[in-house]
Amino acid sequence: MRWNRIYALVLKYFFVCSRNAFRAMDIFFWPVMDLLVWGFVTLYLLKISGAVPTMITFLVGAVILWNVFYRAHQVVCLSFMEDLWSRNLLNIFTSPVKVSEFITAAYILGLAQAVTVMVILSAMAAFMYQFNIMTIGPDLPMLFVNLMLMGWAMGLVATALIIRFGPQAEVLAWAIPFLVQPLCAVFYPVSVLPAWLQPLARCVPASYVFEGMRASLSGSNEVVFNYALIAFALNVLYLAAAGLLFKYMFEQARVKGLLAKYNA
Amino acid sequence: MFNRIVEVTGLQKHFGKYEAVKNVSFHADRGEIVGLLGINGAGKTTTIHMLLGLTKPTAGTVRVFGRDIETSRTEILSRVNFASSYIALPYNLKVIENLLVFAHIYGVKNPKNKIEKLLEDFEIHHLRNATSGRLSSGEQTRLNLCKALLNDPELLVLDEPTASLDPDLADKVRKVLQRVNREEGCTLLTTSHNMLDVTELCDRIVFMSAGEVVEEGTSDQILRKYNSDSLEDVFISIARNHSVDGRGDKVASSADLKKVKVS
Repeated sequence: MRWNRIYALVLKYFFVCSRNAFRAMDIFFWPVMDLLVWGFVTLYLLKISGAVPTMITFLVGAVILWNVFYRAHQVVCLSFMEDLWSRNLLNIFTSPVKVSEFITAAYILGLAQAVTVMVILSAMAAFMYQFNIMTIGPDLPMLFVNLMLMGWAMGLVATALIIRFGPQAEVLAWAIPFLVQPLCAVFYPVSVLPAWLQPLARCVPASYVFEGMRASLSGSNEVVFNYALIAFALNVLYLAAAGLLFKYMFEQARVKGLLAKYNA
Repeated sequence: MFNRIVEVTGLQKHFGKYEAVKNVSFHADRGEIVGLLGINGAGKTTTIHMLLGLTKPTAGTVRVFGRDIETSRTEILSRVNFASSYIALPYNLKVIENLLVFAHIYGVKNPKNKIEKLLEDFEIHHLRNATSGRLSSGEQTRLNLCKALLNDPELLVLDEPTASLDPDLADKVRKVLQRVNREEGCTLLTTSHNMLDVTELCDRIVFMSAGEVVEEGTSDQILRKYNSDSLEDVFISIARNHSVDGRGDKVASSADLKKVKVS
């Protein structure tokens, strides 16, 4: 891998975002709206039902961490789709850029955006709801890394499908996180799910992350490490599978001449 | 130094039942300018895409600098570049930003100096801060050529490089390409429908029709063979006498074609 090529791809995406106000809005607007809506819903529930005060920390913390996963996933897809939309795929894939460099650049962009969104939402949550994300404590980096890895893996799966099935599959860039969201136990524990869905939820790394977050916020820190470890093992498995799927779909696109076709 | 820059042997590409490229073989030596000609759908672009590793051949081999494109893609493509009138650089980036990105991709030293020189060569230096999407098609073509020369390629692959240029600009572009070929020893493989490009630029021509190579030689050799003084007439003769049906099945054989003389 050559860092100059990875840097070039990251630089290209930075230029794209800095030239496009709507893209910048897409990055920041939706997470902020998410936080505002869920924050106010929580305040309302506290007011009418006298729900336990930890509810606000659970829900606001969940919104912030969910956006880490969602942004990591989305940017991996968008970095490919930008080249698809601007008919630049031919220029990229007739250059010495390796698929591994392309993916690494997408991961770096995913990480950068997830960190940025997390910092902004955390600051807003502290200001508006007096919620301090740091109350999760030393468990926070473990939870963050696992959501990041799952976002990368799902983003790679979506990108592989877009490469193979073309622009009509673009909707996956936005849809996949919401398809798995019910199994991620973002706003409720896995035990709330119907019994037949629980084993499926146990296969989703994010479910351990959000269970871990709730455990950490309610002071049961001793289980968080185990949750993070299981999530990490699943993420390693899924990342490897996503990498293989991407490689296979990319080769299929070469066999079918699709990379050139998308540029036409 | 390896003299055979491109060696295409028995290249085939099938898309389902459709045979886009059938057993194509040709070569380009160091410093040569080779024109790949043929009507739309002849298989030129598919051949170029296989040569650049973008499309995987069904059979046959592509060797560039003596290496197989399927196994040495990155090493080969770092010494090659490509431009087409039909593809664009990201439209929402400025000209300078687009070139800077590709300069980093190709690991160009002193990228800003190189970019300024190329912008001057192609007379678009005044557009360096313009958004690429706002350029005219002729300006975009020249921007693509700037990108294609960023890494001082040893092999430059061009898909109709003067397609959207007026005669004056087309002439200037040909001069730049000739200079790059003569002074830097860059090998050029170009497709074109502009016979003036072919006459002025190409040392050798490979005619393709219905996915096959039907003629190969210098323009003089081909003109003598067809008893014609115009490559355009030869092109039309090949197109009309080697026509294809809707799915690319040949109507006349290449043997039939060779009997045809341009009147």
